[in-house]
Amino acid sequence: MRAGTLLSAVTLAAVMATAAEAQVSVKLGILNDRSGVYSDIGGEGSVVAARMAVEDARAQKIIGDDIKVDIVAADHQNKPDIGANIARQWYDQEGVDVILDVPTSSVALAISQITREKNKIFMNSGAATSDLTGAQCSPNTVHWAYDTVQLANVTGGAMVKQGGNTWFFLTADYAFGHALERDTAAVVTKAGGKVLGSVKTPFPSTDFSSFLLQAQASKAKVIGLANAGGDTVNSIKQAAEFGITQGGQSLAGMLVFVNDVKALGLKTAQGLVFSETFYWDENEQTRAWSKRMGERLNNRMPNMTNAGVYGSVLHYLKAVAAEKSKDAGKVMARMKATPTDDILFGKGSIREDGRKIHDAFLLEVKKPEESKGEWDVAKILAKVPADQVWRPLDQGGCPLVKKT
Amino acid sequence: MITIFGVPSAALFGQLLLGLINGSFYAILSLGLAVIFGLLNIINFTHGALYMMGAFVAWMLLNYLGIGYWWALLLAPLAVGFVGMLIERNYIAPLSFTNQRQSFVLIGASALGFLLLFYGLRIGPTAAFAGAAAIGVAAASVYAWKRPSQTSTVHVDHLYGLLLTFGLALIIQGLFRNEYGVSGLPYSIPSQLSGGQQIRIFDAPIMFMPNYRGWVIVASLVVCMATWFIIEKTKLGAYLRAATENPTLVGAFGVNVPLMITLTYGFGVALAAFAGVLAAPIYSVNPNMGADLIIVVFAVVVIGGMGSILGSIITGFALGLVEGLTKVFYPEASSTVIFVIMVLVLLVKPAGLFGRAS
Repeated sequence: MRAGTLLSAVTLAAVMATAAEAQVSVKLGILNDRSGVYSDIGGEGSVVAARMAVEDARAQKIIGDDIKVDIVAADHQNKPDIGANIARQWYDQEGVDVILDVPTSSVALAISQITREKNKIFMNSGAATSDLTGAQCSPNTVHWAYDTVQLANVTGGAMVKQGGNTWFFLTADYAFGHALERDTAAVVTKAGGKVLGSVKTPFPSTDFSSFLLQAQASKAKVIGLANAGGDTVNSIKQAAEFGITQGGQSLAGMLVFVNDVKALGLKTAQGLVFSETFYWDENEQTRAWSKRMGERLNNRMPNMTNAGVYGSVLHYLKAVAAEKSKDAGKVMARMKATPTDDILFGKGSIREDGRKIHDAFLLEVKKPEESKGEWDVAKILAKVPADQVWRPLDQGGCPLVKKT
Repeated sequence: MITIFGVPSAALFGQLLLGLINGSFYAILSLGLAVIFGLLNIINFTHGALYMMGAFVAWMLLNYLGIGYWWALLLAPLAVGFVGMLIERNYIAPLSFTNQRQSFVLIGASALGFLLLFYGLRIGPTAAFAGAAAIGVAAASVYAWKRPSQTSTVHVDHLYGLLLTFGLALIIQGLFRNEYGVSGLPYSIPSQLSGGQQIRIFDAPIMFMPNYRGWVIVASLVVCMATWFIIEKTKLGAYLRAATENPTLVGAFGVNVPLMITLTYGFGVALAAFAGVLAAPIYSVNPNMGADLIIVVFAVVVIGGMGSILGSIITGFALGLVEGLTKVFYPEASSTVIFVIMVLVLLVKPAGLFGRAS
């Protein structure tokens, strides 16, 4: 009897050992700004989103008990050198398989290079530059939530359609701002409009009044804000103060997050048109998901960056489960071959150049009297179908795309 | 129209005016730093955090208590000045004490307070931390009550004060960031000052000047001049300056030197809070607003000469002008130009433009 128990214990242990060998253990690294200007855009929100994705993947049986997932997070302080150091350490010493989020385009481009070098996977949803899937594309990079071309096409396109055919840019002076200005200018000139000038503003800045007056003097119909976060908030606040919108010029916030709208207050921001690929109040499912997330995040509503992290983790785990391996090449191939489908972005796909394809929204900031709650800040003007949103595959200059 | 280097002179005039407005923020902030450095020999790195706190107190007064801008302009500096005095009494002054019992009381009470609030009453970490700090400071104040304050006989190195205040600044910013996030909070311009005037010279329109910005220049000039007058021209100011030179001797004349130093620190940070309230309607109110500004303000103080009151006021406005001009001719450099000037000034006059070489 006792020998029997012992024997079965040994067998059990042996079975468990084989199970452990078959187990895939993946480590996800959320690398973003956790203390600076972009920490409300990515920050803890993206970590919470990643955790929720793992929980949901387990609950929905997308991954079984044979896949173990760990999540680590770090602050890149919006500095490419710091981000690059953390990425190397993660890949070389801590066994991180995927780096996610990474706002700030300059950091994202650096991480994309390192990821390619180390043959790991980089799923970006925080950075904007379209170069990630353009000239500097990589077989190891997926760019999920949004990019400068999408912002230019949706917001810029809408402004031009409304008759805004002359533009002046306030451009944040780094990789992101330059890319956003370039891509928006392309949309404007293609539609027959004209760019009258631009001013490169140091990043980050507090006072934009001087730049705004230069924009005013240009007599352009539209002042394009090719900046983000606190820079956008300050420029919109000060444009209202200097009576620029009353003077007949309109502002185009090229990259505006719901958090920025809330920071401005509806009174200042009302009527502003902007674009997102995810808005928390779109439908029942997104509302429920956002509420769940808000409960863990000091009642803040998630933005498209957080949603992007959720979507990419889910899709990555699907691919790992299907391959039963975390080999970067196999998982990337599987991710690109499988259509994406999640409750936040709906159905979509990942293109050859790493661009994730889905629909985008054109939103307008509500008037104070229209808002029914603290976070009820915008209404959806249009849902722009994916084929009008993203840069055509053959125009990005990505060397991975085979010329036909 | 006359142009200067391709920029119409009228536009240039407008830009100079804007530079002057930014200069007023530099002036008030660097003035506070100069007062504190001149009289306490402390390089006060919490200044940016307390400037931010001033803006946040204004926001809190409006949103929690319904108290508007004008009262905030008075109440926020008072509240922040009080916090500043607690900081000076409980954190900065003990640096030069001969025995550190008060600090042990402070640390012990804070630790117990945190355990009680966080684990006992299950209060959130941010609130528990702030509450514990309040308990610690209260306990230390009770302990120090009626005990003669120890005047510093040993002059501690600037470095200790700098590191201490830098640490405090990081903690204060972190607390606000945890609670409110970094995106910022909305605060509108008071209705009396909304709108603006079209400024014209010889009927040529130059720029649209918001009333609020005009108010900022006037308010900061008045505050700066009043401070300069109090310190340089009154009896109280004379005491203060004397206490800086020789605290022991001034104490021997029956002047309560430690109290004077505490009040001075409180006054210096109240100036920062005043600037914070002025900034709230036009800049984004967020926990990083002070950190972004403070480095520039330190450069202003260094250029003006550490501790020189008039120097900090004049340099504050002047560098605002220089920055404004840079924004027109070469905007990319507008965030660096002040540091370039700092290097040049230090090479030629190491004590700063208005500083006395010791």
